[in-house]
Order: sequence, then structure tokens, then C-alpha cells
Amino acid sequence: MSSMPSSAQPLSAQEAAQLPPDVLRIYQSAAFTELRARRNRLALILTVAMCAIYYGFVLAIAFAPQLLAIKTGEVITLGIPVGLGVILASIALTAIYVRYANSQFDRLSAEARRSAQA
Amino acid sequence: MSTPLKTLRGFGLLGALAATPAFSAALEGQAEKQPLNLTAIVMFFIFVAATLCITWWAARRTHSRADFYTAGGGITGFQNGLAIAGDYMSAASFLGISALVFGSGFDGLIYAIGFLVGWPVIMFMIAERLRNLGKFTFADVASYRLGQKPIRTLSAAGTLVTVSFYLIAQMVGAGQLIKLLFGLDYNIAVMIVGVLMIVYVTFGGMLATTWVQIIKAVLLLGGASFMAFMVMRSVGFSVDELFRSAIAAHTDGEAIMAPGKFVKDPVSAVSLGIALMFGTAGLPHILMRFFTVKDAVEARKSVLYATGLVGYFYLLTFIIGFGAIVLVGTNALYLDGAGLRGGSNMAAVHLAHAVGGDLFLGFISAVAFATILAVVAGLTLSGAAAVSHDLYANVFKRGTANDVDELRVSRYATIALGILAIGLGIAFEKQNVAFMVGLAFAVAASANFPIILLSMLWRGLTTRGAVIGGSLGLFTAVLLTVLGPAVWVKVLGHVEPIFPYDAPAIFSMTVAFIGCWLGSITDRSEQARIEAMRYGEQLVRSETGYGAAAASNH
Repeated sequence: MSSMPSSAQPLSAQEAAQLPPDVLRIYQSAAFTELRARRNRLALILTVAMCAIYYGFVLAIAFAPQLLAIKTGEVITLGIPVGLGVILASIALTAIYVRYANSQFDRLSAEARRSAQA
Repeated sequence: MSTPLKTLRGFGLLGALAATPAFSAALEGQAEKQPLNLTAIVMFFIFVAATLCITWWAARRTHSRADFYTAGGGITGFQNGLAIAGDYMSAASFLGISALVFGSGFDGLIYAIGFLVGWPVIMFMIAERLRNLGKFTFADVASYRLGQKPIRTLSAAGTLVTVSFYLIAQMVGAGQLIKLLFGLDYNIAVMIVGVLMIVYVTFGGMLATTWVQIIKAVLLLGGASFMAFMVMRSVGFSVDELFRSAIAAHTDGEAIMAPGKFVKDPVSAVSLGIALMFGTAGLPHILMRFFTVKDAVEARKSVLYATGLVGYFYLLTFIIGFGAIVLVGTNALYLDGAGLRGGSNMAAVHLAHAVGGDLFLGFISAVAFATILAVVAGLTLSGAAAVSHDLYANVFKRGTANDVDELRVSRYATIALGILAIGLGIAFEKQNVAFMVGLAFAVAASANFPIILLSMLWRGLTTRGAVIGGSLGLFTAVLLTVLGPAVWVKVLGHVEPIFPYDAPAIFSMTVAFIGCWLGSITDRSEQARIEAMRYGEQLVRSETGYGAAAASNH
């Protein structure tokens, strides 16, 4: 998505001045910058992957249905494993996000929140 | 009802879109009334009795706005995942997708996949931030740093339009399916659904709505798992054997193993995909569920559980559809001169009888009824919250409404929406409402989703941009649907559509994003400058949960 944010922009002096001090400390903490950079990068990669997989599947149906009709076994066509693969990929990509979130993002997020105290 | 294949060919792409296959099939012809099905009715009464007990229990715990809208935030990630999956596993997706698979094999899988792929997107972009920023409705998030009045009015409009179209489709589908499954009169069926849903929501709020949804989800997953198991057992647990028998049994033969007639052209195909993928991320009754959990961690868990459960469920419907080709399509007991007895939607219902006899048939029929009830309850609650929390408390009362008044208004709104739903259900009985869920997804993707996403991720979004983009998206989605084949030709009876595609989302969502962008960058107002200045604070909260409303107030 073109709307994914760029990684942490430095605040203008004016904006920094009107933030509550605790929020400002979080914003300027290294953990916060790292959290945003890592999470945005992962979300972007996974979103692009999901869209590529799904719209690739849709476009294959639209432009090359005969491709999905190729027999891979006695009766099973390529479309069946590909279709099931898209379902499994959706679940797998979601699980990958959760794995990173549990192992990295929660820690960085807690670290960022701790920097609220001066 | 016509033969399943004939009925299925009759779908436009949008007709087949979104939960609607079942309903559109039920709706294109009038469902024929079946003899009274006593087993099903008894089982349904047991379900209703149980859910009313839950409602009574929930009512004693529902005292505040937070209780009413979000069950006090006390739902766990796993429970919420089940409830979200339940919202998604409507009677339409169960009966409709299995009917699509029964009718044309592989094509059914295309739809199932479309419904699933919105979930990862919700996870990557929305779920955690939504929980961190919002309290009761998605408008809380969209209006976090923008103008309360215009943004909440717009979000409430987006919510009510989405909910109304969805509700009409569900109510009309409910009436037709219940007539089919239970042999009850259409109007009575619609009224039973409406009244029960009003009772659940008005008294039990989100707590009752969630538990009704959870129970139903468990029953439906259990029933569908049993059916899929029995199908696989009948073919000796061999996938090859299942497909081989299906090809032998189906009139289309090997064609059922490959993409067929649904995808007409690439534009429609991608547009439909966009509506399904991003529409899911803009459905108010789904988004509202993220406020029922404690924090972002639980919100994240709920999406993973929901994605897994919904994916599993669609695998089951695929097996059930193929099983029906083998076990139902070849058995004279389930066929009449024209095709399936009772219409194409009955594939899964007949299969229930084929693998489990009268008792299991009654069980599945009751579960289908329960499914409709649970889904309309969730829809109504999200519509009521838009009226009471967004319009009444924050637009009309400018944020000064007290808890007691807002709670009262939300209950009135529930009753009003329930009565409206009954009225619309009866009014649209003879109409072809197949396009309505498709329209609901298109509006959700074009009006709700862009505002939610941009308000969270783009510093530059201003009130003016959001209002311009959101209204344009809403307007374009509705206009293009009306001018497209699903309404202009099928409902209004014109020969040629003015807009050639059934799915408008690729255009209406693009228009919405461009409108938001253009309206924002040309906004030189002082307010726009202040809104951008507030982004830093919002960002800290949305990314870390710092300062987020602790979900539970007690």
C-alpha cells in the first residue's frame, strides 16, 4: 500500500513543544523508532506477499484458467493445491506476524512505554 | 427453484459475491415452503432457550456503556476469535459456498478464498492500532485527532449504510431459508429473527451477542466437521477417490476441477477481490469486536484464531460441497424434476440428512437458523452504537452525554433498528437482493476502510480530506452498483447496464483514496495544521498502547 508510513520522522520543534513530556520521551526513544521501523517493514512485506499471492491467484483464474486445469495427478488439477495453498498462506502469514509481534514488538513496545518516565 | 446449475448461472459476479450465493439463489426464485420440520424446531427451541438464559445472565452484568458496546472489555482473544469467525460464518457462507461447490466445483473455492484474505490485511494494518486508539466504535479511531462532528457523522453514515444493506440481505435470506428449512411462513420467520435479535441486544448487549455468536460458531464448526468427516469416510479417506466420484457424478464432469464461468473478465475479478479483501477490514460489526478485548495483544490473538477458524471452515465447506455432489446429487431422495429438492442452497442440508439422518438434519437446520440470529444481532449492535455513541453522544450532545442517557439511546436505537430490519425484510421479500451484501462490502471498502487506514497511518490526513474521500467513496460505490448489471439490469429491468462491472470497489476505493489525499493536501486551514500536530501523540498511543483506555472499567 502506498499509504504505509515512512519510518519515524523527526518532530518539528513546534510539534515537540506541544507534546506532553512523557509522550515526547516515548516518541524520541530508540525503542519506539526501532518498533516502528521493524513493524512497518514486516507489515509491508507481509501485505505485499498476501496481495501478490491472492491477486496472482485471481489473475491466473482470469487470464490463464487452463493453467489451473493442468492435471497434477490422476484427477487432481493444479488449481486444487494452489487454492488450498492460498488458504494456508493466509493463515501462515498471519501466524508469522504474530510470531514477530510476540517475540520482538511487545518487548520494544514495553521498552518504549517505560521511557515515559524521565 | 430452478436447477442448481441454472440458478448459479443466473448469478452476476456480484450476485455470487459475499455471503450472497445462498441468499441470491434463495432469492432469485421464491423458496418453496417445506413441510413443518419438527426435529429442527425442537432443536432450535433448545438453542433459543439457552441463548435467552445467556441473555438474562448477560443483562445482569450490563450496566454501563462499556458493558453494552464492548462487554466491558472482558472477552479473551480466543473467545473473540471464535466470535469474529462466527460473524463471518453466516448461514450464507455455509449454505452458499457449499452450494457453489456443489454447483460448479472449483469456482466455490475462489469465493471462499476471497472471504479469507481480508483477515491477514486486518492483522497487518489495523487490528492492534484499532484496539489502542478506539473505545467503542471505529469512528473513535477515525476521529481521534480529526473533527468530531464531521468524521463521526460520516462514519455513522458508512456504518448504517453497510449495516442496512447487510441486514436486508440477512433478513430476506433468513425468511427464505427458514421457510425452506422449517416450513414456517416467511413473515413469521422474519419476525422471529427480528424479535429475538432485539431481545439479545437490548438486554444482553455485547456480552450476550458475543456468547450467542460463540455458541453458534462451536455448533456450526462441530456440525460441519462431522459432515466433512463422514464425507471423507464414505470415500475411504482418499481425496483422489472423492474427486473421482464427484467427476463421475456431476453433469459437468471434469470441468468442476478447474475455474469455470464465474470470472468473466480481469477487471471484475480484481475488483471483486478488492471488495472482499478490504471490505472485510471496513465492516463495522467486525471492527467493533476488537474493542471487546483487553489490549492489542489479545486483539492480535483474536485475528489469528479467527483466520485459522475461518480458513478451516472454508476447507470444510469445500469438502462438504464435493461430498454433496457424490452423496446428494446421485440420490433420488434429494432430487425432484428440476434438480435439488428445495433449491440449490439445500446441498449442505440434504448432505446432513444423507450422513446423519433426520436427527442431524434437524441439528443442521437449527444451526443455520441460529447462525442468522447471531449475525443479525452483531450487525444491529454495531448500527445501534453508531447511532447512540457517534451521532447522539458525540455529534448531537457534543460529547457531554452521560452514561445512563447514552445507554438508553443505544437500547432505543437497537429496538428501532430491529423493527426497521423486520420491516425491510418483509418489504424486500419478493425483491432480488442478491447485490446487497456485495454492496455492503463495496461501501465498507470504499467509505470506511480508507478513512480508518489513513487516519492511523498518514499524518497528512485532514478532516476535510477524510470527509471528501469518504463521501466520494460511499457515493461512488452505491452509484456504480445501481448503474451496474446487478441492479440496473436484474432489479430495474433495463437491457444494458450503464456501468459494465458488477463489482465497483476497484473504482470506488481508488476514488476514496484520491479524494482523501487531494482534499488533505489542498487543505491550508488552521485546523488542518493542528490536526497534523496531534499526529505524534496519536502515533505513540497507536503503536505502543500508551494511554489507551484500559478496556475494562471494573
